[in-house]
Amino acid sequence: MPHLDIIDLNASYGSVGVLKGVNLSVERGEVVSLVGPSGSGKSTLLRVLVGLTPPSGGRIVVDGTTIDYRSKSSLKAARDRMAIVFQQYNLFQNMDVMRNVTIAPVQIKGRQRAEVEADATKILARMGLADKHHSYPDQLSGGQQQRVALARALALKPEILLLDEVTSALDPELVNEVLDAIRALAAEGMTMLIVSHEMAFVKEVSSKVVMMDKGQVVEAGPPREIIDAPKTDRAKEFFGKILRH
Amino acid sequence: MERIIAQLPRFFSPENIYFLLQGMAMTLTLTIVGCVLGFLLAFIIVYVRQTPGWWAVPMRLVAIAYVEIFRRIPFLVVTYLVLFFIAAFVKQASVFVIALVAICIYSTAYTADIIRGGFESVARQQIEAATAMNFSRWQTLTKVIMPQSWPVILPPAIVFMVSFIKDTSLVSQVGVFELTFRGKELNNAGFSGVLVFGTIALLYFVMSYPLTRFGAWLEQRLAASRHHRPQRQLR
Ligand SMILES: Nc1ncnc2c1ncn2[C@@H]1O[C@H](COP(=O)(O)OP(=O)(O)OP(=O)(O)O)[C@@H](O)[C@H]1O
Ligand SMILES: [Mg+2]
Repeated sequence: MPHLDIIDLNASYGSVGVLKGVNLSVERGEVVSLVGPSGSGKSTLLRVLVGLTPPSGGRIVVDGTTIDYRSKSSLKAARDRMAIVFQQYNLFQNMDVMRNVTIAPVQIKGRQRAEVEADATKILARMGLADKHHSYPDQLSGGQQQRVALARALALKPEILLLDEVTSALDPELVNEVLDAIRALAAEGMTMLIVSHEMAFVKEVSSKVVMMDKGQVVEAGPPREIIDAPKTDRAKEFFGKILRH
Repeated sequence: MERIIAQLPRFFSPENIYFLLQGMAMTLTLTIVGCVLGFLLAFIIVYVRQTPGWWAVPMRLVAIAYVEIFRRIPFLVVTYLVLFFIAAFVKQASVFVIALVAICIYSTAYTADIIRGGFESVARQQIEAATAMNFSRWQTLTKVIMPQSWPVILPPAIVFMVSFIKDTSLVSQVGVFELTFRGKELNNAGFSGVLVFGTIALLYFVMSYPLTRFGAWLEQRLAASRHHRPQRQLR
């Protein structure tokens, strides 16, 4: 049984359809990368998963349980299992690093503060942020902020991690520090669904690449097949453009 | 002029000074209690106005109508409305209560928009991040939005309150014994109008100037405080 199964998913902003029957599954411990041109609906797909945009049709199944996005309790359970990291980090500007990372586990999940802080200290150390516990987001570089955002997501102990272009707002020299952190998570067997334009990285970490265009999946398969030998014209054109840069 | 000088010792008698100080106290009480209550009610109005979902549409409409209507009615008219409305139900209602209710109604409508602007100044992405982490609406408001919106809300709210010290003089029209009303009394008692209202004018200045300075100081402090710094504009 797939860890995350997306079946015939539809979503729209107003009357404009953005996802038009998306099918995609992620096995436990697998890293799946979503690629595709701007506006193809990649971010929307992740937003639907965490209930920021309501689906208008189809099904999302996590570990055998179908999520009902109209039910508060079902949505809450889904958000407990999946954590998302955004392109723009979206850290809470009024909280220091430690509080950004611990607030949800302590105040929302009701875990013991001491235990959460011990956890957070470990996670932050892994992210290379051991000396930044008391810094505020606006005192950190983009790469550091993005690692805080990753730490914040990890402190929630999610089963599935959703990453939306987590490196594309970063200066090139900061990209690797974030990619290294993700590599380590992949090696540990975290189930991940990643949106990324870093093709070399996608090839390296993912067991499956899914290409989307205009709200639909165009091709899906192992990275070497999809990126190096795409079958459809749409995918050929897309990868041709990207790889030439 | 000679008349004024001749009146000076009698005008600044201990009784008259006490009389005016009481008037100042009344004016400040009306302003502060009215505006603080109004501020709290305004929070509720804004919270209601931002409630999502179809079932909340009637509540949202009431909240919007309240703000849009009362912001466009002169304060004196609101005061008369409250006076006659309450008088229709309660005989011998206290004019102080009437004035306080009128001030609340008015300051609620005014500060609601200030508060809404403050809430909306917090980047939507932070709210989405909180939502995706299972923060409830209330938790998002109190832990993420409010701490960041104080610097946007407080300075104009204080400016409003300070300017309202002046506007409370209008409630002398319904017979509230505040500063301006007491001026009229002293004037009726035979003291020179220039002397009386010159003094009253000075007292209004004495009340609002320190508050204005305090507001400016607070604004600077809030702007400098890292904990409340709003998110930089995203590109
Ligand atoms: N809040 C919104 N309201 C209306 N339309 C939106 C909104 N957000 C996105 N869209 C539209 O939905 C479509 C899909 O957007 P989405 O952000 O999912 O694309 P994407 O694949 O993530 O693109 P990118 O690579 O640029 O991030 C686009 O056409 C976009 O204009
Ligand atoms: Mg996107």
